[in-house]
Amino acid sequence: MTDATVDPGAVRAARADALQKGLKRRYAREARFRTYGLLAIAVALGFLVLLLGRIIEQGHTAFYANQITVPVYMDPARIDRDYPQGTNFQLMVAQQRLAAMGVTDDAQGTQANAYRTLLSSELKFRAAQLVREDPSVIGQTVQITAPVSDDADLYLKGKIKRSEPAELRRISDQQMDWLDALKRDGTVTTGFNSLLFTQGDSTEPELAGVLGAVVGSALMLLVTALIAIPLGVGAAVYLEEFARKGRITDLIEVNINNLAAVPSIVYGLLGLALFINVAHLPRSSPLVGGLVLALMALPTIIIATRSSLKAVPPSIREAALAMGASKTQTVFHHVLPLAMPGVMTGTIISMAHALGETAPLLLIGMVSFVPGIPGAITEPAGALPSLVYIWENASELAFHERTAAAILVLLAFMIVMNAAAILLRRRFERRW
Amino acid sequence: MIWFLIPVVAVLALAAYAVGLAVAKRRFAGAKPHSRPQQHGYYALIWVAVPALAIIILAGIFSGPVSQNLVSAGLPEAVQEMEPFRRDAFLNDARLLGEGQRPFQTWDAPFDTLLQSEAARSASIQRTLLWGSIAGALIAAVLGGLLAFAQIGPNMRARNRVETWIGALLFACSVVAILTTVGIVFSLLFDALRFFERVPVTEFLFGTQWSPQTAIRADQVGSTGAFGAVPLFAGTFLIMLIAMAVAAPVGLFSAIYLSEYAGPVTRGVVKPLLEVLAGVPTVVYGFFAALTVGPAFREFFNGFGALLVGGPLDGLGQYLMLVQNQMALVAGAVMGIMLIPFVSSLSDDIINAVPQSLRDGSYAMGATKSETVSRVLLPAALPGIAGALLLAVSRAIGETMIVTMAAGLAANLTFNPLDTVTTVTVQIVTLLTGDQEFDSAKTLAAFGLGLTLFLVTLLLNIVAQRIVQTYREQYD
Repeated sequence: MTDATVDPGAVRAARADALQKGLKRRYAREARFRTYGLLAIAVALGFLVLLLGRIIEQGHTAFYANQITVPVYMDPARIDRDYPQGTNFQLMVAQQRLAAMGVTDDAQGTQANAYRTLLSSELKFRAAQLVREDPSVIGQTVQITAPVSDDADLYLKGKIKRSEPAELRRISDQQMDWLDALKRDGTVTTGFNSLLFTQGDSTEPELAGVLGAVVGSALMLLVTALIAIPLGVGAAVYLEEFARKGRITDLIEVNINNLAAVPSIVYGLLGLALFINVAHLPRSSPLVGGLVLALMALPTIIIATRSSLKAVPPSIREAALAMGASKTQTVFHHVLPLAMPGVMTGTIISMAHALGETAPLLLIGMVSFVPGIPGAITEPAGALPSLVYIWENASELAFHERTAAAILVLLAFMIVMNAAAILLRRRFERRW
Repeated sequence: MIWFLIPVVAVLALAAYAVGLAVAKRRFAGAKPHSRPQQHGYYALIWVAVPALAIIILAGIFSGPVSQNLVSAGLPEAVQEMEPFRRDAFLNDARLLGEGQRPFQTWDAPFDTLLQSEAARSASIQRTLLWGSIAGALIAAVLGGLLAFAQIGPNMRARNRVETWIGALLFACSVVAILTTVGIVFSLLFDALRFFERVPVTEFLFGTQWSPQTAIRADQVGSTGAFGAVPLFAGTFLIMLIAMAVAAPVGLFSAIYLSEYAGPVTRGVVKPLLEVLAGVPTVVYGFFAALTVGPAFREFFNGFGALLVGGPLDGLGQYLMLVQNQMALVAGAVMGIMLIPFVSSLSDDIINAVPQSLRDGSYAMGATKSETVSRVLLPAALPGIAGALLLAVSRAIGETMIVTMAAGLAANLTFNPLDTVTTVTVQIVTLLTGDQEFDSAKTLAAFGLGLTLFLVTLLLNIVAQRIVQTYREQYD
């Protein structure tokens, strides 16, 4: 024992000292580590806030719009009774307004043209509509309300500012003065932008709405739900309750897991090759879109259904079998109804996911410009996410706020669907 | 069209159920039946619906090609001698006219009168086929029903037969999953092979020039079109690396915090919020990247460059001042944000699956929480986390919308994150949207890219799932 000469107390003290120092270091590291974790969560949630905040900030202005209410003298000299839409009502109104202000225009009508660009073509449609309905208005003065043009709207919302260099903005100082005056005397009023919710897509931002895309998305989801839910639930019931373990079931299982992770654009290629080029189904139709999304949603629905079937305890099955029920009766009378809340939750979540899916729609032609509102699943239609893509690509500045607004509409639908799923889970969830 | 018969058959099938039920009840009087009357009803329903539906589906699929063959077989000689594409146009117009729609083009004599007669013939052929299939379907329904009704009796094992049908139906449902895979493979393979007939596989996989514009006129500049996909692979890889550099640490650390540090309240708040982040459609991330992150990054780098100009790093400053919105960094960073919840929830599951006894053992030896995490939990969970990260990589490679909206189209072979790069998915979208000619190498190239993408992600998924699964089973 060579250590016998060393005082054991001193060794213990030195050790304790080293331990104390080490402990401090270790605690500091612990605190650092914990901070990293907190920081990571803060970063993730910060991104969420930033993302939603930016979209609300950009999009909220699209929900209101400026509209102009003007008295229009229906000039008999300029309106063709049989072809009212041939009249340039915007120019007519502009000239009347300028005359009322006592402005004398030059020979080219520069001022009238400048004034005319503040008015949207909706004014023309509404005026022509009035004449068509009742030709006797010609020669009288009528009040017409119509949205202002997109640039005028942006100026009134403060998105185009006077401080910007004049040659870079799309609206001149004089037009700004006119708009300010109109705003002051109450001719231009700000109100809810109902056109956004009642119109299909349009090349003119002030007239473009999301209704066509909402209907298109709804038709598409209908097709998806009608195909994916019965197939998915059927497949899950087979795999979970009926299938004997074997090569084929293993193959199907591996398949489903892999299908769930195939990139969505590959499903788009499948849809293009199979449904459009081989089966000749109509391009850009909700039918094809719904079929593609159904194939995409299928694995998710199968996986969700299987896990909720698994959660039903075997005692239920055994009790039913003991009472003389057949396998099929056991499953369809007892197991499946008990698993239904879970199935519904999984299904709704996968439908919400399908609603936001965009990439496959690009390949099957659902990004083409579709003005009206689709009436059938075989007609060309848009969808909400592809509308976002189209509008984001548009060059007009006024489409930017509308893109954000369309995103808000899309998110609203997804929130409603997810909330329904959560409610269902809360309401019917059962612990065995 | 024939599809309107489906509701009719549905009504007939329901009627068959009711009749079968009634017949069964009457015939069972006094006897002890093997199956309940409802099961006999279902039996009748199946025998009415299945044969009729089979005929309807077959007719729906094959009536088009059959009528086309019949029409083109009996064409007058003048039409037979037309060039193939004009003959097809003529046939198409005849069909349209026969269906009461307007033909696409006007035809000169003698084809205008021929068109009328061919339209009438095409219409009559279609009518015959339609009425034939309607009659076939209805006769099948009636025969099936009569057959089923005749069999109803106390000794018929209706329940077993119905259940066999149900089992077969459920099996058919799950076979759809396999059919989807087969469909994907074949639709990609078929067109990809046609692409590789024109462009050798080696040139596609190892060529460094990508300019898919093939010329419309022969003398156009750059008329040949180059299909070397290396720049696309490099761009995809670069964006994936940037995305993982964001998603892996943030996702992993938030998973560790949530599973080891956070109390139930924090978990209850943070997890749903992360799920919201996961539920945001990718097109929204794309919008965010293109209109918020892109301009912000560009301004930052341009401003930073302006500071450097004139100093010792003048060259770098000049370069930074010219950085564009569509740099790889923007798409990669936003994709990283998108992947955070994916990485976090997968890692959370895996860390939670590590048995409590390992933690308790570590704490009992005096380890702090961070030491337990980094020296016990992470090594134990490492394969699982690696699998999770691989799944995230596969998502990053296949992600389309963010890169389509925020990354560029220029196929630069570079690893500079401030440069514009393009990815495989961007090129697929670009090649297949807008004007496209069938059968051109340009259109087919998209399928070649799609096949590559499918194979790579499939490989990643299989490896990742294998790893995750083996790891999970260790503790079960």
